[in-house]
Amino acid sequence: MPKVHDRGGWPNDDSVDHSEHEMEEWERQVDALNGVLGDKGLKNTDQLRRAIESLDLTTYESLAYYEKWTAAMEMLLVEQGVMTTEEIDAKVADLKQEQS
Amino acid sequence: MAGEAAAKFKVGDQVRIRVGVPPTHFRTPEYVQGKQGKIDTLWGAFPNPESLAYGGDGLPAQPLYQVEFAQTDLWHDYKGSASDKLLIDIYEHWLETI
Amino acid sequence: MVENGHHDGHGHGDNAEYYSLRAAAMQALLIEKGVCTLDDILTMADKIDSRSPKDGAKILAHAWVDPEYKKRLLADAESAFLELGYDLPETSPKITVVENTDEVHNMAVCTLCSCFPRAIIGRPPAWYKELAYRSKVVVDPRGVLQEFGTAIDEAVQVRVIDSSADYRYLVLPMRPAGTDGMSEEQLAELITQESMIGVGLALAPENVRAS
Repeated sequence: MPKVHDRGGWPNDDSVDHSEHEMEEWERQVDALNGVLGDKGLKNTDQLRRAIESLDLTTYESLAYYEKWTAAMEMLLVEQGVMTTEEIDAKVADLKQEQS
Repeated sequence: MAGEAAAKFKVGDQVRIRVGVPPTHFRTPEYVQGKQGKIDTLWGAFPNPESLAYGGDGLPAQPLYQVEFAQTDLWHDYKGSASDKLLIDIYEHWLETI
Repeated sequence: MVENGHHDGHGHGDNAEYYSLRAAAMQALLIEKGVCTLDDILTMADKIDSRSPKDGAKILAHAWVDPEYKKRLLADAESAFLELGYDLPETSPKITVVENTDEVHNMAVCTLCSCFPRAIIGRPPAWYKELAYRSKVVVDPRGVLQEFGTAIDEAVQVRVIDSSADYRYLVLPMRPAGTDGMSEEQLAELITQESMIGVGLALAPENVRAS
């Protein structure tokens, strides 16, 4: 059984969806943040891939591209001790408060 | 590149892709594993992604090859032309001598 | 957290809300901790935005009109890019150019993730990153070509390149017939993103509106 990301030759009856996805600003910034963290030596491409590949099948298949990147980046930042899950949770709560 | 190993294979050599699904990160898709192909290009040596993925230095660098397969060798029910090919880049430690 | 499985991978629902907040929180924390600045992030975003299929089209159109340049491009793409002022960032994977001819038709995929010659033609299109293309193109390339409306003769060898490691592949499409009198700039307009991935051909001149 191939891993979740190893898709070559998997049975797939879906046709290729040609519609382009307009990037949202947060996705654009996640893309950029990934590049910044790479330049600063805080992660490399294979670490990001390894984190994405650790998602379970349902999550891997249902998350959009930059949602997977975000999940992976969180794993790596926490793993490297740059921040904790609790800090992120608290910051999310702050941001929600600001929004409401 | 530092720590570069001498390439074991040359262009035109027949090779078989090693079979294995380690729980760790690797870049050899299952659909080519166990299949026989031909070395098309030697790209040089590159840091090993299996080490990089865990924060390692990737050394010793692994020779990287582009391997060519006949599509009909990969898929028993291949629907295209008999001359169609698939090419993929594989690190040396995933290649076996025939 | 997966509440509403989007199978198109375009997700704009609850997942997007959840992850956009996680991303914003991480970004804010990285800035507070002095790891990076907002300016670092916005500068990087602009840098990524600055690459587009137009850059690749310009390079490949030059190869159409200058056979010596084409030779250099196929032998050592990165030096040839530099000749035209395209300097790959140090962090970019290697890029190589493969030529489509009367005899061979190359097309690129990354079955494992989304490897793409980003440093020259920017971010990949959405379909390139999604499961249908990644699953099907290696096993049924001619079926996928049909889905793109691309007719490749049975006698032409189809070569699918799975970019799994340190190289990224840019396809040099065939120069269409009836383009002899066209300028390099006009030729560049015929070279689409799809033709540089190999799922399409360069446009016929009658399909490009006069500008």
